[in-house]
Amino acid sequence: MASNAALDIRIPSDVQQIEGIVAQVVHRCREHRFNGRQLTLNVPVALTEALSNAILRGNGDDMAKHVRVRAEVSEIRLVLEVEDEGNGFDLDACTSDPTTPENLERETGRGLFLMRSLMDQVERFRGDGNIVRLTLIRR
Amino acid sequence: MSLQVTKHGDIVIIDVDGQLIVGNRQELKQRVLDEAEGGARRILIDFAKTAYIDSSGLGVLVSLAKRLRELGGDLRLANLNDDLQTLFELTKLDSLFQIADTRERALESF
Repeated sequence: MASNAALDIRIPSDVQQIEGIVAQVVHRCREHRFNGRQLTLNVPVALTEALSNAILRGNGDDMAKHVRVRAEVSEIRLVLEVEDEGNGFDLDACTSDPTTPENLERETGRGLFLMRSLMDQVERFRGDGNIVRLTLIRR
Repeated sequence: MSLQVTKHGDIVIIDVDGQLIVGNRQELKQRVLDEAEGGARRILIDFAKTAYIDSSGLGVLVSLAKRLRELGGDLRLANLNDDLQTLFELTKLDSLFQIADTRERALESF
């Protein structure tokens, strides 16, 4: 994702930034006529999870570090990239099933599961930093 | 997010206005724990004005439900919109919580 990204923002690692970024991305998806459920559930929850992972885990809640958010929205799909300064993680190894009886009452462990449940594709790779890419097909 | 606390008999009702997410979840947690510390055992959280909850918000609700149960109390939820209902179904937390579709039904259920 490069020059034609609709949104390309670098924010400090601060969870208070999340709602503002989510609002901007949802606004762009609304302009491209994503459906109501995608605007109120899939995009805000999955992006909130990706941003909080980047801020709290990737950057260790260190306000001196930054998160870069890129969003490319079209009539076909939304592609989001959330990049932190951490070392990355193994997506499969870190995604547990929070719905099993032994995990149901755990306070944590639902973030990646929700991202994968609400997006069509979730990928992780290395760029300059650790990047999580979320793709949602417009329906 | 803002919280409004009212009482119906000995039931404490907490209205959540806004998203319950990583940046504000501690506020709700502390408020419920303060009420429990003050002796409340039956607590209802009303999400009529909440659009969505993230995983950390769900985690806080799980944690609070456990704490209330340990104290011999009960945490119940009301007024989940369709998106919230979907989140609870996806995570199977609808099996962990007693959820009412209206505040009145929730109060009657205690």
